[in-house]
Formats: sequence, C-alpha cells, structure tokens
Amino acid sequence: MNLIAQLPVLPIIIPIVAAPITLLLPKGRVPHLWACLFSWLTFAACIALFAEVSSTGPISYHLGDWAPPIGIEYYIDLANALVLLLVSGIAAVVFPYAYRSVQLEVDERQTPLFYGALLICMTGLLGVTITGDAFNVFVFLEISSLSGYALIAMGARRDRRALTAAFNYLVMGTIGATFFVIGLGLLYQATGTLNMADLADRLIGQDNRMVEAGFAFILVGMGLKLAMFPMHLWLPNAYTYAPSAVTAFMAATATKVAVYVIIRFIFSVFNFDFAFIGAAFTYVLLPLGLAGMFVASFVALFQEDVKRMLAYSSVAQIGYMLLGLSFATVEGLTATLVHIFNHALMKGALFMAVGCVVLRAGSHSIYAFAGLSKRMPVTTWAFLISGLSLIGVPLTVGFISKWYLLQAAFEAGHWYAGFLIVASSLIALAYVGRVAEVMLLREPAEDGKYAMPKEEAPLSMLIPMWVLVAANIYFGVRTDLTGGIAQRAAETLMSMAGGAP
Amino acid sequence: MEHLILRVTTKLMFAPIILFAFYVQFHGDYGPGGGFQAGVIFAVAFILHAFCFGLDETKKVLPQKALIVMMVIGFLFYAGTGVVTMLLGANFLGYDALVPESTHHAGQHYGILLVEWGVGTAVASTMLTIFYHFAGREPDIDQEDW
Repeated sequence: MNLIAQLPVLPIIIPIVAAPITLLLPKGRVPHLWACLFSWLTFAACIALFAEVSSTGPISYHLGDWAPPIGIEYYIDLANALVLLLVSGIAAVVFPYAYRSVQLEVDERQTPLFYGALLICMTGLLGVTITGDAFNVFVFLEISSLSGYALIAMGARRDRRALTAAFNYLVMGTIGATFFVIGLGLLYQATGTLNMADLADRLIGQDNRMVEAGFAFILVGMGLKLAMFPMHLWLPNAYTYAPSAVTAFMAATATKVAVYVIIRFIFSVFNFDFAFIGAAFTYVLLPLGLAGMFVASFVALFQEDVKRMLAYSSVAQIGYMLLGLSFATVEGLTATLVHIFNHALMKGALFMAVGCVVLRAGSHSIYAFAGLSKRMPVTTWAFLISGLSLIGVPLTVGFISKWYLLQAAFEAGHWYAGFLIVASSLIALAYVGRVAEVMLLREPAEDGKYAMPKEEAPLSMLIPMWVLVAANIYFGVRTDLTGGIAQRAAETLMSMAGGAP
Repeated sequence: MEHLILRVTTKLMFAPIILFAFYVQFHGDYGPGGGFQAGVIFAVAFILHAFCFGLDETKKVLPQKALIVMMVIGFLFYAGTGVVTMLLGANFLGYDALVPESTHHAGQHYGILLVEWGVGTAVASTMLTIFYHFAGREPDIDQEDW
C-alpha cells in the first residue's frame, strides 16, 4: 500500500472503521480512549494531507478506481484542506476533554454509543469537506446530521428539553437536507452530472430558471444547516441542551462546514458570473448577514443562560462569515475563511469553559458563574481570554478576523458595513462583559442552588481547553499562518470561478 | 392452542422468506436486488415471527445484543473490503485488486459480493433493531436499574 497515494481517503476511513467497533467495547473508560486514539490518528492524517496539498497543489482521489465524473472523487485543495484540519483538530481536542464531562452528563451505559456517534459525526463533517462529488456532500451531510441529532438528544439525562431540541433540529435539518437534494436534482436534470468540476463545466452558459431554482434550493437548504439568520431557530436550543462536549464540538465545526459547502458551491460549481449569484450576494447574503450580526447579538445580550447566550452569539458570528462572502472579492473570501477557522477556536474554547462550570456547579445559568474567579480561576481566565477573542481584542484571533473583514468591507466599497462590524462588536463586548462582571466581581453563592465547592475542573478538561485558548493567542500573533493560507485558498477558489480577483 | 392456523403458516413461511432473502442477496449482481432489499426481506421473516409468537419469543431467537454485533460486522465487511483493496495497492474499493490477474474483471464480482453481504447484514440487523424498539415500547429494564 502506498500511504501517500491513499492519504486523501484516510481522514474518512480511520474514524468510520473505528466508530462501529466502539459499539462493541465495554462501557466506561475504554470507548473514550479508543475514540481519542482514532481522533488523533485522523488529525495526523489531516495534517499530512494539508502539508501535501500546500506543497504540491490540489489532490484528486478516485474511489473504487472509477475515474470522475462517473466515479466519486475526493478533491482536496487548500480551502477544504484548511477546513479538514480545523474539524479534525477540534475533534482531537474535544475527544480527550469529553471524558469527565460525559461521565456527568450522559448515561454511562450509553458511552459506547456516544463515542461511536461522535466519531461518525466527525466522519460526516470531514466527508462533506473532502468530497468533490455534489451528491456525496448530501450523503455525508446526513451522516453527520443524524449522528448529531442523537448526540444532542443524549443531553436528556440532565435536561429533558434536549429531546425537543433534538427533534426540532431534526425537523429543520431534514428540511434543509431535502432542499439541498432538490437543488442537486435540478442541477442534475440540467447537466446530467454530479461531479463538482464537471458540473462547473457544463453549467457554463446555462442561465435558465432551472439552474437558478437549483441554486436557490441549495442556498436555502444550506442556510438552514448553517443557521443563517432568520433560519437559526433550531440552533439555540440544540446547543443549550446538548452535552457540553457535543456543544463544543458542533459549535466549532458543524456550522463552519455548512458555510464551506456554500462557498464551494458558489465558487467551484456555479459559475461566479451568473447574474443571480450576484443578486443573491447583494439581496440575500449581505442583508441577512448584517441582520444576523445585530439581531442575534442583541438577543444574546438578554440571555440568562450562558450556553444559550453563546449559541446566539454563534448565529451572529455566522453573519460575519456571510458578510465577508457577500463582498464577492478575494479579500472578503479570505476574511470568511479566516473567520471560519478563528471562530471555531474561540467558540470551542468558550463552550469548553462552560462545560467545566457545568461539571462543578451543575448548571450553565449565569447565576452559576457568580464569583467564579474565586472558585475556578483557571477556567475563568480561559473564558475571559476566549471571550476577549470573541469581541476582537488585539493579540487574539478575533481581532484578526475583524481586521480582515474590515479591510474587505472598505475595499469592496461597503464602508457602512465596516462601521456595522465595529458596532456589533460592541454588543459582543456587552454580552461577554456581562458574564465577566458576574465572574469577577460578584460574590460566589454560599448556599442554595448555585453553591459549589472551591474546586478547579480536572486536568483532563483544563488541558484541552487551554490548548484551544493558546491557539486563540498563537494564531492571533502569527497571522501569516491562517491569513496567508486563507488568502491562497481564496485566490484558488476565485480563479476556479473565473471571477476577476 | 390459540391461532393455530397463523402459527403453522408462519412456521411454514419462515424458511422460504429467508431463502428468498438469500436469493435477492446473491442475485443482486445480475439483476434487481442486492443487500438493501435482501436485508429488509430477511428482517421481515423475524418481524412476522414476532407478530405471531410475540416479541419475547423472537428475542430469544435473535437477541438485541446479537443484532448490534451483526450491525458492526456488516459494516466492517463493507469497509474492510475497501481497506483490503487499499492494502493490495488499489484505491479504496478498487475491486480489481482482489484478482489482479483476471482479464475480465473478476475482482469486481467478488468485491461487490462481499460489500453487498455487508450491506445485507447491516440492513437486516438495523431493521430489526428499529422494529424491536418500536414494538417494545418501554425499553427493557436493565439489571442495574432495579
């Protein structure tokens, strides 16, 4: 076996072979160690793949030795190599973190099922990212979503509302997937192919209603999956009631992958100079992105529940990504890709910090955070630093995202958007500041519902959390890493689309 | 003896249904059929058994735990075929590597046979698991819950 030649398929094969075996393992510690091991192996494969792609250029892998467009093709260029690295990296951090948190929040007998589902969810997200076949995107999307619904529902041990949240997500997610597949059906009808590169070739010059409708269905379907405002209603409950580790993983990866799919379809499948794509940018993505930034941030301001607050903040952050995309320039696309990466780092760290508090205080209400700096200083600082990153303070990744986004906004001539970005960051300052005030200045509850022992979270949770916090600062200082790669990826995507960079 | 006719008919039908499942399974290469359909037909035999004799009797024949093992084995048959072809030097699921000296792609035949067998096993056990859970209504009380 030639390992380098088989590298593109390894990020899918490793977890998908490991996942079913997890079901046969005895409950307790073993499934966790097993899942951790394979998440790290997958991460290693993704790093190797990324190195390969960035040095030799795009890789195409033919499944079953059937050449595309007939066979299924995995096509990896810099844009999806970056997202692959992100998804597997977050997984490699969240899996070790999960053990203690899952011990508390999930029924012990379900642990083999839980880690199996987590591995399958990761496989699905990696598969959506890696594939060059439009229908394969749908298949992997369903793999990740179905396991995601089950993972969210497992939060029911602590709070029964997880069941309705998961069901709600299931209904919305299925509608989204159905819309996506209807869109694919229309494109297939118009072109007779499902391979992305082949679709792009055959769509040239096809400026008709069917292709337009196909694009609209794909955009709306994916919009549901990525919680584009105002289709975000499933997200706050799903993130609030899911087990902490699941929230940290899904908030950092699931919506980002859906944003990637939209980018991929707009730039690699649809020819970028279709008039209706320009209209979608101006009349759909731009206003909805801006509205999401403000409405969701504003709603986050009034949440009693920190997890729910962060969930609304995620909706707002997706607004930033769509805004960058809607500028339709290399700078805007770079800003979106950078923010996909950076937002995953900050939201992952924030939700992990909340998970630590849940472990000790048994609640993610803001009242449980009272005086947290005296009870759990290490967790408090992790929350504060990643919170600052969310606001966009210099030396953190959040600043880099905002910087690229501002630059893109002014260069695209949308100067008002630049001011709105700053204004919505001020709302972020308010909602993070509210939690910070409670953590730093309030006195901890001595008795009652939110009283907790003066005990830090276990190291198995602190270390992964601080790895992400450190990444927040590292990539905030070494901007050439993410920014440079995102820029190259954006240029590749733009040149594929044939649009003027 | 209640419902004697139903019981006897079910017993008569049980084996032919499974035989038909195998026919669909192995005929899948040449005509309509294959693992998905065969798996469902296989599961139907046991569902019919459960309708007539009660779920508890069926669970004695095919317990839930065995179904989970079947699911895993079925899936690993599929993925394992792909991994084997990778180890033999082809791409994932590149069946030709199974019989490289063949001039008429015999490897494709063996490969799809193995993969479909995996699909059939996984689909049959998953169908039955879904049926057990719907039919059982209340989950079985575990020993630890007493």
